[in-house]
Amino acid sequence: MVKKETKSIHVPDAPHRPGDEPKFEQWSWKPEDLNLLKIDCSVEDAENHATGLVRVLDDNHEAKGEWNPDLTSDELILGLEHMLRMRIFDERMMKMQRTGKLSFYMRSFGEEAIAIAQTMALKSQDWLFPTYRQPGAQFVRGRDMVSMICHCIGNEEDNVKGRQMPVHYTYREGRYISVSSPVGTQFSQAVGVALASKYKQLDEVTITWIGDGASAEGDYHYALNFASIFKAPVILNVVNNQWAISTHSNFASNNQNFAIRGIPYGIPSIRVDGNDFLALYSVTKWARERAAKDLGPTHIEVLTYRAGAHSSSDDPSRYRPKDSNNHWPGGDPIERLKLHLIQKKDWSEKKHQELEKRIDAEVMDAYKEAVKFGDLANGPYPSSDAIFTEVYENPPWHLLEQWDEMKRWRDE
Amino acid sequence: MPNMNMVQSVNSALDNMLDRDADIVIFGEDVGYFGGVFRTSDGLQEKHGKHRVFDSPLSEGGIAATAFGMGINGLRPVVEIQFADYIFPAYDQIVNEMAKVRHRSGGEFWCPVTIRTPAGGGIRGGHHHSQSPEAQFTHTPGLKVVYCSTPFNSKGLLISAIEDNDPVIFFEPKRCYRGPFYGDPHNVPTWKEHPEAEVPESYYKIPLGEARLAMEGDDCTVIAWGAMVHVAEQAIKNSGISCDLLDLQTLVPWDRDAVVKSIEKTGRCVIVHEAPKTSGFGAEMVASIQERCFYHLESPIERVTGWDTPFPHTTEWDYMPSPSRIAEAIQKTQEE
Repeated sequence: MVKKETKSIHVPDAPHRPGDEPKFEQWSWKPEDLNLLKIDCSVEDAENHATGLVRVLDDNHEAKGEWNPDLTSDELILGLEHMLRMRIFDERMMKMQRTGKLSFYMRSFGEEAIAIAQTMALKSQDWLFPTYRQPGAQFVRGRDMVSMICHCIGNEEDNVKGRQMPVHYTYREGRYISVSSPVGTQFSQAVGVALASKYKQLDEVTITWIGDGASAEGDYHYALNFASIFKAPVILNVVNNQWAISTHSNFASNNQNFAIRGIPYGIPSIRVDGNDFLALYSVTKWARERAAKDLGPTHIEVLTYRAGAHSSSDDPSRYRPKDSNNHWPGGDPIERLKLHLIQKKDWSEKKHQELEKRIDAEVMDAYKEAVKFGDLANGPYPSSDAIFTEVYENPPWHLLEQWDEMKRWRDE
Repeated sequence: MPNMNMVQSVNSALDNMLDRDADIVIFGEDVGYFGGVFRTSDGLQEKHGKHRVFDSPLSEGGIAATAFGMGINGLRPVVEIQFADYIFPAYDQIVNEMAKVRHRSGGEFWCPVTIRTPAGGGIRGGHHHSQSPEAQFTHTPGLKVVYCSTPFNSKGLLISAIEDNDPVIFFEPKRCYRGPFYGDPHNVPTWKEHPEAEVPESYYKIPLGEARLAMEGDDCTVIAWGAMVHVAEQAIKNSGISCDLLDLQTLVPWDRDAVVKSIEKTGRCVIVHEAPKTSGFGAEMVASIQERCFYHLESPIERVTGWDTPFPHTTEWDYMPSPSRIAEAIQKTQEE
């Protein structure tokens, strides 16, 4: 063995840990910095966009630059309403989790704009293949809040029959495909969904999301390769919220950005401010148009920050500065859109408070309605017959036998 | 002797081995700075250095492949897959690579990797945080498979697994990290006061391949592993029938001698596991037992297992083998 004087394995550090002053330097880009890309741009044309950051809202909350989607006030107010709905809904669900009414919860806190702006930028026939951090898309697609709460509880009215953990929604009517716990799997599957639409020659685009952490899974790379080769009409988003539970995004990227990774695969790639509703909307609409025009996939890094804990089981103060979210890297997406609307004289603090109040009441009513069908602490629970149904299209003999045995125990 | 829960005993085993063997490295998702989502590697990075205990990217396939490479080049990696349900992206690396490299290379390379992974249900984890996939590994020649059940055996078995020169899949029943589980979700004791929670701080081993006789009796042999050991204990108490309770501990290679010896005494047998019944490890045991003990058996061997369905979320107590189901099976073996 030939020894040499060297250090042992290099293990990266997170940029900040408990006790440190949090450092956020990535949001220095201005709306004017990046031009609007031509819809049939080459991969090379997108290189600046893959290393830069597309923003529309500037520091004074004005919409600027070529990526401004020029949304109407009504559209913007609807986006604001959905984001607020998501946040207030999350707060209620967390309270339910803390009081044992549901088993577990994951908030979208600080990331509300992503699913909502991006889904609003799509057409209703487009497929959504989300992670557990994009439930807000369902509000855009019109899902009844009572039904969402019933799923989280896993009660009698849960459309997935008490089988999945909370926040693992399925909503076929809204083309929101079933969420799976193993991270990353949906990313490559979404390419298949998109290719099926293409095979059937339908005007459908598929959008999917993956976390910065999960981009280390093989599925991320399968997706980029397959999407590129087959020119799939798919929008591939890496939501870089900077933390995968306790692991900083630099463990997935070695301090590189994520968007740039699409370039060598031959996919135009853009990094976008994930807390800027307008920028998200604009980039997604652009990507949809590319897909619809047969120009293939778009790869998007959505830069944001996981303002809350990973889940109700997590305590981030053990691994990152306690107050890091108070620094709101990128700013609170709801506050930014609110101030933009106020600045345009389309909105006011008073209207905002009224809206908050209305949504508070809406969430409270939905909560009261949902718990009528049972909560985790007190039941009633969905029938355990659901353990045996839909394992197969038709249960084979061995399941029928075991089902009978289970019933004997249950009904004794 | 200190009282430890299973998080502390696993931590203590890892700590002892890091002290003893400079070739040991530990890595996995959230295991470094944070000390693991179940806290099993808490404090080890600080004590032993970042190059020995570290976070990995979120990539089970990458973790297994990297461990493989380190293992064939002289290190002894101990890696964590955060939940056994998430081991499948690593399945190819484990089944086709780790398990076969000694054989395929004519013995020139081998892979002394230990893969620790929390498994089993009872924490309202739904089908992706509750599975017990031991049979998917017992069916792979070249792997050893261990399933601990108490603080004491988790430490002794883990040390043996780490020192073993073959790859070992080491299942930790997450339901039992902080206390034994007797099948009643409304009454969950801690490990405090439990005799199996007396764990030496120093190094000790429990050999792989040996079962533990957890209870001794004459009329039936009950075999279980993981959390089911405690549920079976409760069932035996409820049944009032005098039973041997064998905690199998190692599934490959399993302790055939202990099983045969017990069944020759009792003539009756119940096997309990929370994994699904079809092709579960219980099926393998039933087949082997009838080969070895056919003329000693007084009644058909009973299996009490999870159903052949995905693991449910809200209704998990209708899925997990309960003390009453096990007690009924014990009773049934007495009737013939």
